[in-house]
Amino acid sequence: MSRSRIYFFTLLIIFFSCPASVTMASGLSSIRDTSMSLPSWDMLMRVFLLKDYNTRVVMFGTMSLGLAAGVIGTMMLLRKRALMGDALSHATLPGIGLAFIIMIQFGGSGKYLPGLLLGASVSGAIGLGCIMAIRHWTRLKEDAAMGIVLSVFFGLGIAILGIIQKMQTGQASGLQSFIYGKTAAMLAQDAKIIALVALLIVAICSLMFKELKLLCFDATFAQSQGWPIFFLDAIIMALIIIVTVIGLQAVGLILMIALLVIPPAAARFWTEKLLPMILIAAGIGAASGFAGAAFSALLPRLPAGAIIVVVASVIFALSLLFGTARGVVHRLIDHTKLSRKVAQQNLLRALFERSEGSRSLSEQNLSANASAASTSFKRLLLARSWSPRKLRRTIRHAISRQLVRARQYNHFSLTSNGLAEARRVVRNHRLWELYLINHADIAPSHVDRGADELEHILGPSMVDELLELLAVKHPELAMPPSPHVINSRSAAARAERHRSKTGSAKRT
Amino acid sequence: MNTEPLDQKPATASSQTSASTSAPHSVRVATGDEHPVTSPLSVHDMTVAYHRKPVLWDVDFDAPAGSLIGMIGPNGAGKSTLLKAALDLIPKASGRVMVYGKPYRQQRHLVGYVPQRESVDWDFPVNALDVVAMGLYRRIGWCRLVSRRHKQDAMDALEQVGMADFAKRQISQLSGGQQQRVFLARALVQDASLYLMDEPFAGVDASTEIAIVNILQKLREAGKTVLVVHHDLHTVRDYFDYVILLNMRIVAHGPTDEVFTPENLKKTYGGRLTLLDRAAHAMARQGET
Repeated sequence: MSRSRIYFFTLLIIFFSCPASVTMASGLSSIRDTSMSLPSWDMLMRVFLLKDYNTRVVMFGTMSLGLAAGVIGTMMLLRKRALMGDALSHATLPGIGLAFIIMIQFGGSGKYLPGLLLGASVSGAIGLGCIMAIRHWTRLKEDAAMGIVLSVFFGLGIAILGIIQKMQTGQASGLQSFIYGKTAAMLAQDAKIIALVALLIVAICSLMFKELKLLCFDATFAQSQGWPIFFLDAIIMALIIIVTVIGLQAVGLILMIALLVIPPAAARFWTEKLLPMILIAAGIGAASGFAGAAFSALLPRLPAGAIIVVVASVIFALSLLFGTARGVVHRLIDHTKLSRKVAQQNLLRALFERSEGSRSLSEQNLSANASAASTSFKRLLLARSWSPRKLRRTIRHAISRQLVRARQYNHFSLTSNGLAEARRVVRNHRLWELYLINHADIAPSHVDRGADELEHILGPSMVDELLELLAVKHPELAMPPSPHVINSRSAAARAERHRSKTGSAKRT
Repeated sequence: MNTEPLDQKPATASSQTSASTSAPHSVRVATGDEHPVTSPLSVHDMTVAYHRKPVLWDVDFDAPAGSLIGMIGPNGAGKSTLLKAALDLIPKASGRVMVYGKPYRQQRHLVGYVPQRESVDWDFPVNALDVVAMGLYRRIGWCRLVSRRHKQDAMDALEQVGMADFAKRQISQLSGGQQQRVFLARALVQDASLYLMDEPFAGVDASTEIAIVNILQKLREAGKTVLVVHHDLHTVRDYFDYVILLNMRIVAHGPTDEVFTPENLKKTYGGRLTLLDRAAHAMARQGET
């Protein structure tokens, strides 16, 4: 599958999933909540043509967030730290609450993002320290340590938010939305900070692309080479904390981890390479952010964070099904193609062997007569244990590929193309049978079945190797020496190599 | 065999059996903390513990330069641990390791490490060439891109292990033997003087095993030293000219002909020394309280 095609499909899915999910979810919500009316066509146009300043700001913010989360999330996923990221994002909550209180006490705005970021980072670092301490000083394993830290810190954070609510500063009203996210509350200032942070994350990840790739693939080797893996891990963790904090308003704390994990997981279905994976994950993240913002503009009552995650999940499901690298459908198609090829080869072999068996033909008139000799459908059906339906389908397919031609009265024969292909197939089959008899000590009466399964996957290099092995006992299979002088130097060298090879094989 | 005169120390008193090694090789008996500069890897009195439970006791040997060294011992003998401790990947409880007379920290560029194949996730989205290029990252340096020249170097290394045709193949689509060859190529591309390989023959096909052995022999011909953690006792005599028999402590080390004897093997594989084991448990318990 070419790369441009992968990108095209990704774009296609991103493009269509947004409006589709908008209409889908709005339909659902109108059933559940009658107070919320379906947005008018006018409204839809306003949102999607970006006519509204507020909508533009929010979309810019959530798309940057999704992009940043996709990039750093890929690193997190490949470092196998998804659970750690989850624990870490929960551990930021007490710090956010405390930072809020402190900033209020000093008479500032409680929602000043850099302040919250600082609080979250300190709290997250303490949480990480706790995980490491528990692991080091007790015999508890990492998952238990993370479970403890996650729940304790989150509980602590909720308690602090409760205290803030009691403080009645008038500012606290929006703080609860940090947990679930409220996109509409985003200001131009916030969107700018989110975009800057996204830029920072993209910059760091592209500068240290090689280092992070090595860390994620083989940390032990990286360490043996003298790379500071603790420092590199710390960078990933720090970027996760930062993304979590800037995502507080848009997605909320709880669902932020989903935005970190789902886009990269979905991207993996489309590619086998790291850079495209990061780009696709960033694209999916951005598309989810866009959709979330569009929703929150159309239906202000819906929690935007949840919608962003739902959109991301829909894209994940589509990727799982239709991904070009590892998608289920793609694999199914491959499987069908293979089984069709196997059936085809079996048909050719059956036709060839029938015509071979009917009269004892020498090599020359075999090629002349095999195309003339025709075999009836009934006899073909008896050749293998295949159903009439499958045989009919296979024959139809072979006719369309001009390997087989139909004769009168349900008789079939090979075309000249089909004969060449059939000879190749039969030859592989018999070479493999000979190999099994001579080298694997399998009885000749049992050998047919074993050869049957393997002959279809024999590559040219394996066939060559087979020939070489078998040349010892069956010298008639060896390449005859050239009857004339070969001029080309490379051809001569090749012939020489072959001669020495078969020679050494004979000697052993 | 290597003709270079070797500096050999007698095993320390604490290791249970003194190695019956040095006789033909030692020209000078070094005492105390001397680390012979000629030895690519000189391990002195090294003890390694996991959770305070010692897994390696007083390991003490000098690897002779320009030789193929097999490290042999039962499961849990601490073979991989020894390599990892020598590479500063896990902390040592005591002892020192010198690479060509200096700490490993200063000699990283001289050492190529091949970890166990199972130690990484082969489902990672990179191709074989990318993995081999990772061996060059240190030379390329921070934040710099992998240039065309580096890619060519990586390609040459793949060629050496007979994997040039698979350069663009995603690594999960490679067979176990092919994956092992990619790992080997990643070490080769470093152009090191000392190679430490952790079970390169584990779970590989026959043709890969032959290919790897050929590469090892070529490395030795080029004057490099290769230390290989090995499992298969049948092939030891064919592959290695020097062996280290390990079971929590060094049972014996020396030229294969002299050391690879039934008695030494019995000592290595004939169960652990019960007292040593009990002492290790006692130390671990002490750590808990």
